[in-house]
Amino acid sequence: MSHLEVQGLHASVGAREVVRGVDLHVASGEVHVVMGPNGSGKSTLAHALMGRPGTIVTEGSIRIDGTELVGLPSWRRARAGLFLALQQPIEVPGVLLEATMEEALAGNASPGNASPGNASPGNASPGNASPGNASPGNASPGNGAVAERLVEEAAAIGFDERFLRRPLNVDLSGGERKRNEVVQLCVIRPKFAVLDEIDSGLDVDAVRAVSRRIERATSEWGLGVVAVTHFHRLLRELRADKVHVLVGGRIVSSGGPELAEELERTGYGLYGASDADGIGTAGT
Amino acid sequence: MLTAARAAALSGPEWLRERRARAAEELAVMPRPSEKEEVWRYTPIDELELDDFEPLPGGAREDLGALGSEFVNGVVSDLRAYAAFATVVDGSPVAVDRTGLPASVRVGGLEGDPLLGQVLDGGDALVRANDAFLPDAVVVDVPAGVTLDAPVVIVHWCSAGCTASTASFPRTVVRLGRGSSAQVVEVVAGAPGAGRGLVVPVTELSAGDGSQLSYAALQVLGTEVWHIARVAAAAGRDATLRTFSVGLGGAYDRSRTDALAEGPGSTTELRSAYLGTGSQVHDIRTLQDHAAAHTTSDLLCKGAVAGTSRSVYSGLIRVRRGAVRTNAFQTNHNLVLEEGAHADSVPNLDIEENDVRCSHASTVGPVDEDQRYYLESRGIPPARAERLIVLGFFDDIVQRCPVPALVPRLRHEVEQRLVSALELRPGAHEAAGQEAEDDG
Repeated sequence: MSHLEVQGLHASVGAREVVRGVDLHVASGEVHVVMGPNGSGKSTLAHALMGRPGTIVTEGSIRIDGTELVGLPSWRRARAGLFLALQQPIEVPGVLLEATMEEALAGNASPGNASPGNASPGNASPGNASPGNASPGNASPGNGAVAERLVEEAAAIGFDERFLRRPLNVDLSGGERKRNEVVQLCVIRPKFAVLDEIDSGLDVDAVRAVSRRIERATSEWGLGVVAVTHFHRLLRELRADKVHVLVGGRIVSSGGPELAEELERTGYGLYGASDADGIGTAGT
Repeated sequence: MLTAARAAALSGPEWLRERRARAAEELAVMPRPSEKEEVWRYTPIDELELDDFEPLPGGAREDLGALGSEFVNGVVSDLRAYAAFATVVDGSPVAVDRTGLPASVRVGGLEGDPLLGQVLDGGDALVRANDAFLPDAVVVDVPAGVTLDAPVVIVHWCSAGCTASTASFPRTVVRLGRGSSAQVVEVVAGAPGAGRGLVVPVTELSAGDGSQLSYAALQVLGTEVWHIARVAAAAGRDATLRTFSVGLGGAYDRSRTDALAEGPGSTTELRSAYLGTGSQVHDIRTLQDHAAAHTTSDLLCKGAVAGTSRSVYSGLIRVRRGAVRTNAFQTNHNLVLEEGAHADSVPNLDIEENDVRCSHASTVGPVDEDQRYYLESRGIPPARAERLIVLGFFDDIVQRCPVPALVPRLRHEVEQRLVSALELRPGAHEAAGQEAEDDG
């Protein structure tokens, strides 16, 4: 059983404090949903957890199983077991998905990767990091497992297999990019995943497929989830253990799934905020 | 010395000797290139003492030596299949394997018919020097209606710089008849330890009406040699002409490509890539010249500078009067991998017609922060993330090579240099050590 503990987290972008004291405690297999209006600090919270350069944690702590993540670069946070599915996944011309996953798994010590039935530790050996194998377009020998897992995960959520051979997110639609994030999440198998608006850009069927896959991951390898969203619809298939309402950079209310239904009816007005009077602009 | 007497000492048919003599006379009185001219701005051309170079008379097969033979064999095995393979030493074709070639197609040295100068007549002092001192040329003449499935490959082995202040002047002429189709590869190479030599290749490409010509050039000379190359290309009615150049070697590496959309409905596609390491200077010049209506040109130039190397990309789109319904696009992306490196990008438009669509875009800067963060968020350490991104940046253009058979070789040549350039950067080893420690 792993634990993601966020305590008293404050984070700034530029001179502006956007996250103003957030506490979260997520255990393996749990799904926490953070809902809030535009500009409430949802994306900044996600980036503060992952350690995006320019998003500065000014106070508080983020721990996975006691390891402090604040102060660590993103890649070390990832190796400690954290994953972020970006709201707007980045295009990286010429860099193939498979090469990226091979690099990601080389040296990745997440428990999901070591569990039986998954890629054997041999696939994560440092040998895979030799210059020849790092080249885009080169499927390095002995890494059939990564290719197979990509195909399997793509099929699970209806991500076109042809896209697996494309450079990262190049010429993919918004919805395809989101599915691509979920494919990567399920290949990497982190302890905890932060999903930043994973449902935006997806049609109803895609939201269902993605939600089901993530739901399955919570039992399959005990994935803990922090799903940041505006919308209730993600929760039709993804069973939330806790719902948190984020307004003005603070969690103003927490409860069970019934809280999401209530928000659906009442909006955020009850909490002194509307979509129009958030503290910043969308996407912060 | 580049004198008329040296030009007169070269052998060849009478018309060629006369042509050389005329060029040598003109060269004697022409101005030498100067950094004061826009076309040589940002270059070190003032350092070139052109007249001090000794023209190489053209080589023989033995002159390849062990290194040259090994290089040629490497290209043969990389490409696997070819229609014809010409080995050229200092401008003289010394062996032509035409196993896969139909009898009607000519690949070989100059003969009776003067094809020289049909696309590029005149030019600056360097082109004139090539005219005056070319020992021979490689001619690829594909008659109308012939399609070659495999590429014609030309490997130039240059001994310029192996003895002090020597220069070679390779010349290539490619002519495609109406409706024909061919791919041509030129590789320009020389001994890695060569000193300050000069290599001045001139290539003329003529794509007849309705033909499809794909041309790719790879330059991997030693890092002391100056390479000043010129490609002049013309596309006839409804022809498609694709050029691709990759500059990796040389102390000063200049690649100028002038592509003329001469016939209505013609398309030109220009691709260039460069990688600067150490103190290299790469200089890419392009001209997309539209002389007829309904023509299209598309340029993409990508490159990176590391160490204290420099690059300049300067490109012009010219739309002449009458070239209505022209589409012309120009894109240049430059990665600056170290603080001591520098890249200049100078896009230009010269448009004399109204009903046209032209665009240009250029970027100069370090590896994109968001791309790096994205890969790092997957658990990839910074040095590896950067290597993936930079290799990907190049792969994006390498895979657009219009001669697909050359792609594996290009990939290998780029990666090899890139990986060592990235590892040479200050701090690269500490970073790698730290990552390894963490992996342990």
